Amino acid sequence: MNTTQARSVESIRGDFPIINAPATGHIAYLDSAATSHKPRVVIDAISGYYEEANSNVHRAVHSLAAESTGRFERARSTVAKFIGANSVREIVFTRGTTESINLVASSFGQRFSAGDIVILTEMEHHSNLVPWQLLAARTGIELRFIPIDDRGVLELAALDELWTDRVRMVALTQVSNVLGTINDVRAVTDYAHERGVPVLVDAAQSVPHQRVGVDDLGCDFLAFSGHKIYGPTGIGVLYAKSPNLDQMEPYMGGGSMIEAVWLDRSTWTEAPQKFEAGTPNIAGAVGLGAAIEYVESIGIDALAAHEQELTRYAMESLATVAGLTMYGPDAPRGSVISFVIDDIHPHDVAQYLDREGVAVRPGHHCAQPLMRRLNVVAMVRASFGAYSTRQEIDRLVSALEKTKEFFAGGI
Amino acid sequence: MAFDDLYQEIILDHYKRPRNSVDLSALPSEYAHENPTCGDSLKLVVESDDDGRIESVKFDGTGCAISMASASMMTDLLRGKTRSEAYDIAAQFTGVMRGERQVSELEEYGDLAALGGVAQFPLRIKCATLAWHAFERSAPLD
Repeated sequence: MNTTQARSVESIRGDFPIINAPATGHIAYLDSAATSHKPRVVIDAISGYYEEANSNVHRAVHSLAAESTGRFERARSTVAKFIGANSVREIVFTRGTTESINLVASSFGQRFSAGDIVILTEMEHHSNLVPWQLLAARTGIELRFIPIDDRGVLELAALDELWTDRVRMVALTQVSNVLGTINDVRAVTDYAHERGVPVLVDAAQSVPHQRVGVDDLGCDFLAFSGHKIYGPTGIGVLYAKSPNLDQMEPYMGGGSMIEAVWLDRSTWTEAPQKFEAGTPNIAGAVGLGAAIEYVESIGIDALAAHEQELTRYAMESLATVAGLTMYGPDAPRGSVISFVIDDIHPHDVAQYLDREGVAVRPGHHCAQPLMRRLNVVAMVRASFGAYSTRQEIDRLVSALEKTKEFFAGGI
Repeated sequence: MAFDDLYQEIILDHYKRPRNSVDLSALPSEYAHENPTCGDSLKLVVESDDDGRIESVKFDGTGCAISMASASMMTDLLRGKTRSEAYDIAAQFTGVMRGERQVSELEEYGDLAALGGVAQFPLRIKCATLAWHAFERSAPLD
């Protein structure tokens, strides 16, 4: 990979129309963990696809179709290289992380039977919990959970107690979307593989912020979303090792995924098309490809370093706010910081911050079991991206002080 | 619609000095009405006289300023009303919040009128209606 000259955050901010638009330029956007802003190159790649290539993929022989298919498949290849997959055949385009995990739970989970066990963790996003609950309701499998300690770090030693020879799958997040905890995925994959069990990694919060290689992680499945890595919404990725995809039944049936169809039966084409029934989100895939190329033009390691530095700065700054409690470990951690302020509900905090032009997310962050484990009803979350600055964190801190004044004396 | 319309002085007053707020921790958790999307939770006790006229509404809750102020205003307003009158007000208020009725309909209800602005904040409507749905569920019509 080329090492490029490190770009300044000011220069990177220039790439994002929404940061420079008169109506929205004043907003300190600290909600990148929910979705990132989109750079001009991604928006242009999407409109360029519709303006220059628009056609369905993998079917017609005309030149527009060839151009469309070329752009779509180049995006797949960009994704495969980015995460170190062995082949483009291991990259399935989905709507996002949620669909990727549902696909695995539904199709790979088809072979599980009552009494089999899937191990998750207490810190999972609902998207890596509810699909397994649906599978449990259908098949009678049992779900078990790796606990977290009070800092929000997985207690991997518990695997010895949770494990039986009925365990069929482990699925865990690489980076917590609430706590910022970076899990030792490699330790989990090593442990599971010694016992012949595959591992799925929810990489929604890791792929946009640090170098992620499927071989380094040793994972069998990996899921992430395009819209959190500067790409469009409605496109995501499932990486799966080829033998797994070959053994799995389709998730949805329809066009593109078949080989031959009779009135009473069909045969399937090969992966990844076997899992891409219907006309795919072609423009979305093209946009995701452009987003990854954009990230690589800056350098994922440079981005990671920038966000690590910002996260440290934000934790130090937020620690000066009296009555503020942060959650999650000190380091290493991803670029999300969740906190509460004594006696002020997170929704009130976030609404006041919005008045001050600071965009954060309040709520349970799609992790209600984790909220219960930590004994809070909701949190405020600030999260960062390539374009985030120290000045935005300073604005957050001063707006929080004003929030406390405004709501002072509440119940 | 500006922030200050949402957090009017009168709303903050009810939030900071809630009326009819009591300790109901002895009530089992099944009695709690919750808004899981923001973690707001409240318990409600409605006392009626022999004719079904509401003598008092008391609540115990945790939540944002909007949800707690709405609960406080409701407990004040419903005292002395018949159940059927109370249901009408609840239907009227939740209708305004959903945008199905004119905000001006709240003007006759004193402090409650201040919550009219919430209808412009879709993400906060559930906060304002929590106490009212709790009332509808805790005091079923005979």
